[in-house]
Amino acid sequence: MSEQLDDKAVEDVTIDPQAQADPLFAPQPVAGKTRDWKSFPAEEKFQQPLGYPGPKPDDWKERALAKMDELRGKFRSFRVFLDICVKCGACTDKCHYYMGTGDARNMPVGRQDLLRSVYRRYFTLPGKWFPSLVGARELTEEVLDEWYTYYFQCSECRRCSVYCPYGIDTAEITMAAREILDSVGVGMKYTNEIIGKVFGIGNNLGLPKPALQSTLEDLEEEIEEDTGVKVRLPLDEPADVLLVTPSADFFAEPHIDGLIGYAKVFHATGEKWTLSSYASEAANFAMFIGSYENMRRIALRIRKAAIDLGVKRIIIGECGHAWRAAYSFLNTLAGPFDFLDPNYPVPQHICEYTWDAIQKGKLRFNKEENDWIKLTYHDSCNVARASRMGDYPGGQFDIPRNIIKAVCNNYYEMPEDTIKEATLCCGGGGGLLTDDLIPLRKAGGSPRMKALKQVREEHGVNKMAAICAICKSQFTKVMPDHGFAIDDIMSVHQLVSNAIILPGSEQEAERDGADDEREKETSA
Amino acid sequence: MLSTIYAVLFYVATLVLVGGVGYRIWEYARTPAPLKIPTTPAPTTWGGVVWRLFKEVVFFESLWKANKWIWVFGIVFHMSLWLIFLRHVRYFQEPVFTLVALAQPIGKYAGLTFMLGGLGLLARRIVVARVRFISAPSDYLMLLLFLAIGFSGLMMSFVSHTDIVAVKAFFLGLMRFDIQPLPADAPLLVHLTLVALFMLIFPFSKLLHAPGVFFSPTRNQRDNPRDKRHVAAWALRMEKAEGGQDTAMNKS
Repeated sequence: MSEQLDDKAVEDVTIDPQAQADPLFAPQPVAGKTRDWKSFPAEEKFQQPLGYPGPKPDDWKERALAKMDELRGKFRSFRVFLDICVKCGACTDKCHYYMGTGDARNMPVGRQDLLRSVYRRYFTLPGKWFPSLVGARELTEEVLDEWYTYYFQCSECRRCSVYCPYGIDTAEITMAAREILDSVGVGMKYTNEIIGKVFGIGNNLGLPKPALQSTLEDLEEEIEEDTGVKVRLPLDEPADVLLVTPSADFFAEPHIDGLIGYAKVFHATGEKWTLSSYASEAANFAMFIGSYENMRRIALRIRKAAIDLGVKRIIIGECGHAWRAAYSFLNTLAGPFDFLDPNYPVPQHICEYTWDAIQKGKLRFNKEENDWIKLTYHDSCNVARASRMGDYPGGQFDIPRNIIKAVCNNYYEMPEDTIKEATLCCGGGGGLLTDDLIPLRKAGGSPRMKALKQVREEHGVNKMAAICAICKSQFTKVMPDHGFAIDDIMSVHQLVSNAIILPGSEQEAERDGADDEREKETSA
Repeated sequence: MLSTIYAVLFYVATLVLVGGVGYRIWEYARTPAPLKIPTTPAPTTWGGVVWRLFKEVVFFESLWKANKWIWVFGIVFHMSLWLIFLRHVRYFQEPVFTLVALAQPIGKYAGLTFMLGGLGLLARRIVVARVRFISAPSDYLMLLLFLAIGFSGLMMSFVSHTDIVAVKAFFLGLMRFDIQPLPADAPLLVHLTLVALFMLIFPFSKLLHAPGVFFSPTRNQRDNPRDKRHVAAWALRMEKAEGGQDTAMNKS
């Protein structure tokens, strides 16, 4: 039955020719279109390790309201954002889930109001005295159910916060709503099970150290076969640099090609680096569920690994929300990091590291290796709107592009209003990258796909690069629906890996033997 | 009798407005923002933050990016409001500031543009299905309240003049706690009642967007989390209770 509804909602959008071409097309609002698109709830065993109750307790309503009261005392964003929205409508057509589904509850303010209406009823004078006048309502089982549905249809991408005249960020409301839901035993299985794995094993995928070790050895062999160079991927070894990367980099495609890229870059720069089995995860899914305490527990693992391994620097691999959790929150949650080398920011992004090495002339490339690619780049939401790279605002847009342009000859931008701070979410962020939500993910990914198809038509673009593990996984699922192959999404460091000429490699011999003139060009 | 009723009304309304908004500002200011969440790209310096907020408050920068229609109506509405406010300052001082004197002729027509902006916003609320969906009765009433204040004011400017010298005497009197007679003209009494209503509901309504925008963490934070550790008092207490970061990390 829900299958039928799924098809219908997606169809409505795709049959309209205007909707088909314009990435930012916003359909007419209909409430409840996606009300059946629900993720699996967490059983008690997945709630407990995070400190949340199991099935919904009898006094859930009191607990939920008490939690709401607590949050408005602890988070200014929550309190202010609930108070000051004027319902101007600026955000209403800005959410990719709204564009993709047309469900009015997926308009940012429509989503916020699910909670704001309850806040008004219990915490404001007009809501207590004249509930219907100000759109205030009681907290009931139905409302709780609606929260569970629609707050797990938000990827916390912050696109709405760019356009709100008061900077109201729906992600903050979504996070608070999920924290309230968790506190009354209504958790989401996907996110909470994964957080439990990090606490128990060290990473989202539940890969224990021996599995990690053998994967890394396989990769070392693979690189040696390809290049003739013995490039190490060290695990739990004393080093100067601790690399913390999303665990998807250890097994998923195209993530793993990115990991190979990082290893080659470290090899070429002669860096002493290591991975940690204890902190074998850059992702921090506790951010998705708005849990400061759990987010801190995950962040402290990175601190512990850094201390135990005696490193001087922490570098984070390609991952969007992980970069937010690291760049914006790591120092807050697990700092101060005064035991690390003060000459480097804590943490650094792998792209900052690579771009720095390129600028210092430490890396050599054969760009022609990527000549078969016509590339575009997808700005991942958390990198674009919730963090920075380099030492000036906007560096997060320039640095990945600078790297790409250093290793690729054919690069094209998607439409201006779908990139950089206006970038469209991949549709799978914020803890929604689960098979339970495939229809939502496909609908939410459709605006980005339309933008991608525009550059395919205009410039023949055949590959898209990203620096986020979630984006990469999500696009392998969504792109095939739009005439792309599963491997048309690439890691930025995969492109680096393709083009890099390692000292002493077969590629170097081939290159230098073949054409001395050209070498001077590329290294210049 | 009439003068006394209005005097009491305005004393109460002023108390509620000043006390209520003051209380909200105090609430917003004392509630911590425990994490760095500026919407990026964000300024890294305080000067940059001031400039960002200035652009937001004066030019409605984000709204401009979002929707040109809302921007046009919104900016006309709010800028007219400032001019009208400036024009009304003359009722509260003798002699008036030069700026207030200069604003008199423009302020009169700002009343008309104010109505235009307000009507535009109301039209969008009714016509655009997305905005209609998110509108509660109070959202319409708020605009109607503004339009009624504007209309009653314009009536006095352009149609049925009231004794503004007496009105000024009344308000100057209020400021000295000396109640002077208020002219009993219908447009004036409607105008003043609605203004008092506006003052009374301000601290309990979405009108809080005016002071609230300055407390929005996505707009007022510096983007410097790597340079400076940002921790809320409650988070620090939590750390201390656990015996510090290094003890906590070994437990987790």
